Amino acid sequence: MTTKIERALIQKAFQERMDEDELMNCMRCGFCLPSCPTYIESGQQEAQSPRGRIALMKAVVDGLIEPDEEVERALNLCLGCRACESVCPSGVRYGHLLEEARDIIAQHKKMPLPVRLIRKLVFAGLFPHQGRMRKATALLGWYQRSGLRTLARKTGLLRLLPASFRQMERVLPDVPTAKEMKNRPHRLNPDGTVKKRVAFFAGCLMDTMFMETNDATLRLLQLAGCEVIIPPSQGCCGALHGHGGEKEMAKELAKRNISAFEQLDVDCIVTNAGGCGAFLLEYDHLLKDDPEWRDRAEAFAAKIKDISEVLVELGFHQLPLRVAPQTITYQDSCHLRNVMKTAAAPRRLLRAIDGVEFREMNDADRCCGSAGIYNLVEPEMSMQILDHKMEMAKQTKATTIVTANPGCLLQMKLGIERAGLSGSVRAVHIVDLLLEAAEGAQATQGEERIRQTS
Amino acid sequence: MDVERVRPLIPNEAKKRLIQVVGAENYDDTKTGRLVYSYDATPQFQSLPDAVIAPRNTKEVAEIAKICNEYRIPIVPRGSGTNLCAGTCPVEGGIVLLFNHMNRILEIDEENLTATVQPGVVTLDLAKAVEEKGLFYPPDPGSMKISTIGGNISENSGGLRGLKYGVTRDYVLGLEVVLANGDVIRTGGKLAKDVAGYDLTRLFVGSEGTLGIVTEATLKLIPMPETKQTMLALYQDLEAAARSVSKIIANKIIPATLEFLDQPTLEVVEDFARIGLPTDVKAVLLIEQDGPKEVVERDMKKMADICRAEQAVSVQLARSEEEAEALRTARRAALSALARLKPTTILEDATVPRSEIAKMVKAINEIAEKYQLKICTFGHAGDGNLHPTCPTDARNREEMERVERAFEEIFAKAIELGGTITGEHGVGVMKAPYLEWKLGPAGIAAMKAVKQALDPNNIMNPGKVFAKSTRKRVVVTR
Repeated sequence: MTTKIERALIQKAFQERMDEDELMNCMRCGFCLPSCPTYIESGQQEAQSPRGRIALMKAVVDGLIEPDEEVERALNLCLGCRACESVCPSGVRYGHLLEEARDIIAQHKKMPLPVRLIRKLVFAGLFPHQGRMRKATALLGWYQRSGLRTLARKTGLLRLLPASFRQMERVLPDVPTAKEMKNRPHRLNPDGTVKKRVAFFAGCLMDTMFMETNDATLRLLQLAGCEVIIPPSQGCCGALHGHGGEKEMAKELAKRNISAFEQLDVDCIVTNAGGCGAFLLEYDHLLKDDPEWRDRAEAFAAKIKDISEVLVELGFHQLPLRVAPQTITYQDSCHLRNVMKTAAAPRRLLRAIDGVEFREMNDADRCCGSAGIYNLVEPEMSMQILDHKMEMAKQTKATTIVTANPGCLLQMKLGIERAGLSGSVRAVHIVDLLLEAAEGAQATQGEERIRQTS
Repeated sequence: MDVERVRPLIPNEAKKRLIQVVGAENYDDTKTGRLVYSYDATPQFQSLPDAVIAPRNTKEVAEIAKICNEYRIPIVPRGSGTNLCAGTCPVEGGIVLLFNHMNRILEIDEENLTATVQPGVVTLDLAKAVEEKGLFYPPDPGSMKISTIGGNISENSGGLRGLKYGVTRDYVLGLEVVLANGDVIRTGGKLAKDVAGYDLTRLFVGSEGTLGIVTEATLKLIPMPETKQTMLALYQDLEAAARSVSKIIANKIIPATLEFLDQPTLEVVEDFARIGLPTDVKAVLLIEQDGPKEVVERDMKKMADICRAEQAVSVQLARSEEEAEALRTARRAALSALARLKPTTILEDATVPRSEIAKMVKAINEIAEKYQLKICTFGHAGDGNLHPTCPTDARNREEMERVERAFEEIFAKAIELGGTITGEHGVGVMKAPYLEWKLGPAGIAAMKAVKQALDPNNIMNPGKVFAKSTRKRVVVTR
């Protein structure tokens, strides 16, 4: 519950901080409606659409309504997938409006103690500290390897958890050991001549829980001819903070990353997670009011590039690539597609693999419902969206679902479980599949050489 | 902007009865729920309803009408709220009636070439469904991706194919309508010929929700044209483009589409769509023809010749269907893309006979200059239907006054040229002050008599079509 005083403070902050021009830029044409997953899934409720949410934000600014629970509800139920921005002819930056509104509410609302504690633990205690992320992940590894997992699953102990957490537990990847996570490379040379000098943004979750995918990314960059620098002082991108109403902390993380990368003489900074990439790309917006950092943020943002774009630039899709025959479909990462505007490159790479039959699923560009921690805090809507997504995936008869962001990857794994397809369908990150294909081609070439010489 | 009225219009007893009809989950009178249905796509209009209701079938709509009639509660039927005349803005409060539960295509009859649909069906969904059967539903309003058939019927929407195929009115064969007193009537039907009595179907189409609530519609379909070609003609002279339009028609060619965009519009559209539209020319005509291959080729060639004779600097055919579709999509986005220029976008809908299009374009530019305004013009040139659009800022009161006066002159000029105040958007609240200019007092009286006969308590979308006084638009009152 928000108290009357809190509501008044929130309203005042809306009037001071919300970008009025941006709010007015929405001319309410409704072109965003058919692209909004929550509008569709809620049975076409205007309050669950971008147009409706902008109207609500504006109404709070104009003093027409109070920022009560229902306004908050409408803002919370947004996935932040930003599909509306891609189709908005007026060019409204909806994502920025939403971020600001959520930040205002989070800063002025006294949340219940357990929520505050968890937020503090996650936002301040865990994500900004890579060492602690490693320890937490190692703890998960211990749970997975020690036999505790088997015990917990067998005894039904897990039933004490909410269903959404229980499902998530099942699809978490087997994580590396603490030792493996600690010895990360800082620089790598390419196979052959240097075609490009790049820096790699390792991420916090990606460099712990999804370390294998990071390793695969580095390997691909080497194969493509990149000298790779991985500055050790980098850290979490801050997307979770920015989207969750902790903007100030996001700014601190942004500054740390800008400092970590700005001295490097590189062509670009490579990311392999759509969610992180999009947030890094918008550091210039995040720090736009900070005269000391604005230009530095702009220079940083200008260098951000997704791995698939870099690989296509370097002609990776022309190298021999082969996997065992399979049908593949691709689920866009919303932020990769709608903010980083990368949609063609991953498809181009996938189509280039021998053995792959690529089938586009309907509404591949629609959010899978993962959306950061959305699937944990809004399980009902998230699962409804996911189940529809799985219907679309099923229609393609794909045996491999490819994604480009860790959240989406877990969500698709969850979807596969829910649809009862665990035995026949797998979900992989695009870089893992590409490495599999590059190694597959090498193996076949090796076999052919052996055959020819014998 | 009258956002909150003092007196709530729904007594508790009426609310209880309405909830009995639709269920509590389909009745919303929270402030948030009301706020998000307080507007449509029309700039500068907003007014809160007292409740929002979402019936599931005709019977429930009829019950709602009965209750509302008894308590004199206004009913505002609403599709997706994409209209541009404030037709679905609940200016006198009451309930906004939604059709999100009534959105099924009931039948596509391939023998009679008809489709029967509920009002909440999205226009594009219907178009796609009939196309799968090799059939064609031509009305294609700019907002067809989200607008509903019910909304199209209420506003008698036009579109890019209006020149050759006509507007929504020309495809409505029959309707099921709930009247203000709750009576359910059926008009027309699948018959190709039917002259029994007054043509109520035509009366309800375009009545903007002021005469009754459309709950089902039988629509005419036609066979899908065999082929289609698209081309762009570029001009360095605005009026030369307009002259080409008149010449094409005078040469007895009726293209499927003949759209006009001026330079400022081209720039913003390209900024959004990024399909390589030329932004260094003064005007563009987007021309399409469909039908048998030979006819299409012959017509396209003739039109290209006419354009060149009228000093088109370039005439190019779209190379593929993708390219053609990109051009059409870009054109549909024109209005919203213009919103990039300034916070407020005032769009108008002046229409003149096709022969007068060059004169009208010239007049618009002169009026813009006179009032020191930027007015971008695009529209369905082939229909004589232009959309002069002014990017402005509602916070600038002085400029808004000038916008007001400029558009007044534009309307006066359109009528002087034998035109009208709205070609496809409807009257709503936006144009109500000017309706009498077009119809005269006797015309207004005749329309009011119809309204009085069907809705004596004035509960159906009150405050629309008929103005309290002539002239003076609502744009600057806030």
